Amino acid sequence: MIKRRSLLAAGLALPAVARAQTVQKLSFYYPIAVGGPIPAIIDGYCKEFQAATGIEVTPVYAGNYGETLTKAVTAIKGGQGPQMAVLLAAEMHSLQDLGILVSLDEIGLDAAGKAWMDGFYPAFLANSHAEGKLWSVPFQRSTAVMYYNKAAFAEAGLDPEAFPKTWAQLQTAATKLTKRDATGRVTRWGVKMAGDTGNAQWTFGALANQAGHVLMNQAGTEAYFNSPKAVEALAYWQGLATVQKASPDGVSNWPQLSPDFLEGNAAIIQHTTGNLTNVRTNAKFPFGVAGLPGRDGPRTVVGGGNLYFFKNATPAERVASLKFARFMSEPARAADWSIKTGYIATRPEAYETKALKDYVAGFPPADVARGFLPVAVGELSTFENQKVYAALTNNVQACLNGTKTAAAAMADTQAEADRILKPYKKA
Amino acid sequence: MTRTLEIIGAWLLAILWMLPLLYAVWTAFHPSEYATHFSLFAPLTLQNFANAWEAAPFARYFLNTTMLVSLILVAQFLLCTPAAFAFARMNFPGRDIVFGIVLLQLMIMPDVLLVGNYRTMARLGLVDSILAIALPYLGSAFGIFLLRQVFRSVPQELDDAARLEGSSLLGRMWRVYVPLARPTYIAYGLVSVSYHWNNFLWPLVITNSVSTRPLTVGLAVFASTDQGIDWSIITASTLMTSAPLLVAFLLFQRQFVQSFMRAGIK
Amino acid sequence: MIRRETLQAWALILPALVLLVAFTHWPAVTTVLDSFYSTPKGSRPQRFVGVDNYAALWDDVVFWKAFWNNLWYALATIPASVILALAMALAVNTALPGRPLVRMAYFTPTMLPMIAVANIWLFFFTPDYGLFDHVLSLFGGARHNWLGEPATALPAMMVVAVWKEAGFFMIFYLAALQAMPPDLQEASNLEGGSRWYFFRRVTLPLLMPTTLFVLVNAVINAFRVVDHVVVMTRGGPNNATNLLLYYIYEMGFRFWDTSMAATLTVVLLVMLGALAWLQFGVFGKRVHYR
Repeated sequence: MIKRRSLLAAGLALPAVARAQTVQKLSFYYPIAVGGPIPAIIDGYCKEFQAATGIEVTPVYAGNYGETLTKAVTAIKGGQGPQMAVLLAAEMHSLQDLGILVSLDEIGLDAAGKAWMDGFYPAFLANSHAEGKLWSVPFQRSTAVMYYNKAAFAEAGLDPEAFPKTWAQLQTAATKLTKRDATGRVTRWGVKMAGDTGNAQWTFGALANQAGHVLMNQAGTEAYFNSPKAVEALAYWQGLATVQKASPDGVSNWPQLSPDFLEGNAAIIQHTTGNLTNVRTNAKFPFGVAGLPGRDGPRTVVGGGNLYFFKNATPAERVASLKFARFMSEPARAADWSIKTGYIATRPEAYETKALKDYVAGFPPADVARGFLPVAVGELSTFENQKVYAALTNNVQACLNGTKTAAAAMADTQAEADRILKPYKKA
Repeated sequence: MTRTLEIIGAWLLAILWMLPLLYAVWTAFHPSEYATHFSLFAPLTLQNFANAWEAAPFARYFLNTTMLVSLILVAQFLLCTPAAFAFARMNFPGRDIVFGIVLLQLMIMPDVLLVGNYRTMARLGLVDSILAIALPYLGSAFGIFLLRQVFRSVPQELDDAARLEGSSLLGRMWRVYVPLARPTYIAYGLVSVSYHWNNFLWPLVITNSVSTRPLTVGLAVFASTDQGIDWSIITASTLMTSAPLLVAFLLFQRQFVQSFMRAGIK
Repeated sequence: MIRRETLQAWALILPALVLLVAFTHWPAVTTVLDSFYSTPKGSRPQRFVGVDNYAALWDDVVFWKAFWNNLWYALATIPASVILALAMALAVNTALPGRPLVRMAYFTPTMLPMIAVANIWLFFFTPDYGLFDHVLSLFGGARHNWLGEPATALPAMMVVAVWKEAGFFMIFYLAALQAMPPDLQEASNLEGGSRWYFFRRVTLPLLMPTTLFVLVNAVINAFRVVDHVVVMTRGGPNNATNLLLYYIYEMGFRFWDTSMAATLTVVLLVMLGALAWLQFGVFGKRVHYR
């Protein structure tokens, strides 16, 4: 009886072993969060990996973060997904809940592996820990930063080298930067922040941190919107339009912020570090990059994607995927990646490489974001993440449109979030 | 007087209707700084097209869309013709009920049944294939309905004559009915091709990779960047992706309208 | 003994019928069944929940928002595009100077992928320096955040939809108009009847079958086309432009709540069914349709 079962097990294991020896292909979903040359860069890394290991990694470019998440999960549920994907770091709880992730601990981290994981900036691992396990490897990481038009600063009588550090300073500066023509029509807005669907939660996450508030627990089972500090953060955002009149009424859309800034229609935009190369190439005026201000001092939020590993991969494929992750985070490559895209290299050691040192010396804005990592928090990340995002976004938009007060918007978000998270609370 | 006003009105509407296309042409052929500024002396350039073509595998997307559209068109003709013929000219029990069941699809379109159809494709192992994009549309109630209408208007005498000459059922269908329905085929083909060339949501859901994505999905993936919109490249790619249909329509405008006229879609 | 003709007929129908049923009727039925079950999640398998999903939908403010949005959207875009289509067809059916050009202008939006033109419209609606604001500012108009304010966001989507569709419907009207016997008009001219009278008493009734056909298509499109929502607003701000099918897409493929997506789909199917009954049953009876 026992014999037969072990025989059966051996029989079942055989194809797996055969496959293990011949892991030659991995597929990898990747969000082209920035257009232009990025796919070519990723393709290049994959080729290098193949040259080094003989494993062919096929990147699949699937749109922005939201779309890539949709595609990856849909494909996996459909039974033919990739072995790994770069998805929003904040999706950890949701992905885990779907039961499709495999943790790094499960794949197997030896001492060297653990040391490697310890080598990342802690802020970038903020969304990687749950249930005492590690679920993702930082890859395409950014923080929110402010891009500002130095010419506009000079014109408004502000010091182009001293970006506001507090909310009060930003309010004053934004008011001064707002320019109106003879009819009172605004020709340049002081500041613009994205409140559209898919981005409002990121903007708000930064603002909440600026007010000194954390929006969720580490387990992702509770969210805290109904707090005076969160209300204050939202009121500050709304006030930039309604009180200071330095930001347009209603919702500003993320895709429009860059054109607005480059067009001179907005003097300051809150955007991602990943946009640096684009702004640098296209700005026709001197511009600066600065960390976000805070109520009392600078505070920001991290963003961007981590590399996740999926259960549907064979054990051998998982190991190969992890190898790929380590390959991608090697200092020279992380430095190259940061130089070419503007994303922050995920490990301090990358900043010790000559290439990145030289680059940063020649182009100091590239190093601004890194300086704010110590005051950065992780993104809002809970179970049913997208539903909570939607609840928050709806209410933020209602507030920006003037149909709800900041307090009412936060209270309603809380009620909705509590309803969504109810099944997870006791767990 | 009223006539002049009408003419002016018609032209104003026409200009209004062309605006997006005119803007696209303007922006696509000028450097990006002119995307939001209009100047008669802006230099012309083809760089935007080059950039767009470089930035995404549009050649592959074109191929995918062409394969998709042809697959659907041929299959729809082959499947709808016999069904329409049977409904139009044959007597069998349950005909009207079955026809009613078919017509249900006019209202309950596959487009709405994303979730259900996705699951079916997953079970069939067809996710991320061009066949999967096409399958829900192959049996087309609209096509069957249109062809049935026109087959019914074919004079019975022609059918009888062919029958006397010894033509088989399929022979009569092929030699008598199909040629007479040519305008309907053209009109229906035009509707089908433009529908599937431009279809988006279902292909978005069911495709994952470059090798299956049609133009529309490719364009959406390409347009949604984190950096924000680059109107020059967007408009260039818009023109690129819709050019084949536009050119085809310009060339065959008269035939299209006439085929609609004679197709009896009214 | 089954007649030969019956067998032949079924053989001719079967291939199309199988595909139709497999991808329309069958998923419709499973969708209804799914709406009575919970969404399976990693640790919690699917279970029968009765009408819980419908109750949840009833309490879902976003659903009601999308429901009313879609209703208003339909009520605005259907008449607008049908009436415009008729006006366009009448215009290009006369001896208009530059007629082929005008006809082409009306029809081109039909040929352009919605997903692409939505990006162009996005520029038109851009606040401050977008086309509409730019033109308005020449006349001293104020700034409009067209897509960012709930009051204008849905109307903006309606404009895009009407623009996209009117030309398509025009073709059907045009075909019908050109098929009309010209002696009717001559007779009316002889009798000295006004053009409006002729249009109202002769043209319009003769166009009724076309109108029904166009109307059916317009209704379907009002519930089927959400491409511009995906590109331009993703349902925002605060769901001001959320439409039912977009909400289904979000539920099914962003939240992976397949049961709620199924429940929503059932609601949409019921609405479409009711509209079909209204059109063919009530309205259709007054049309002489073969």
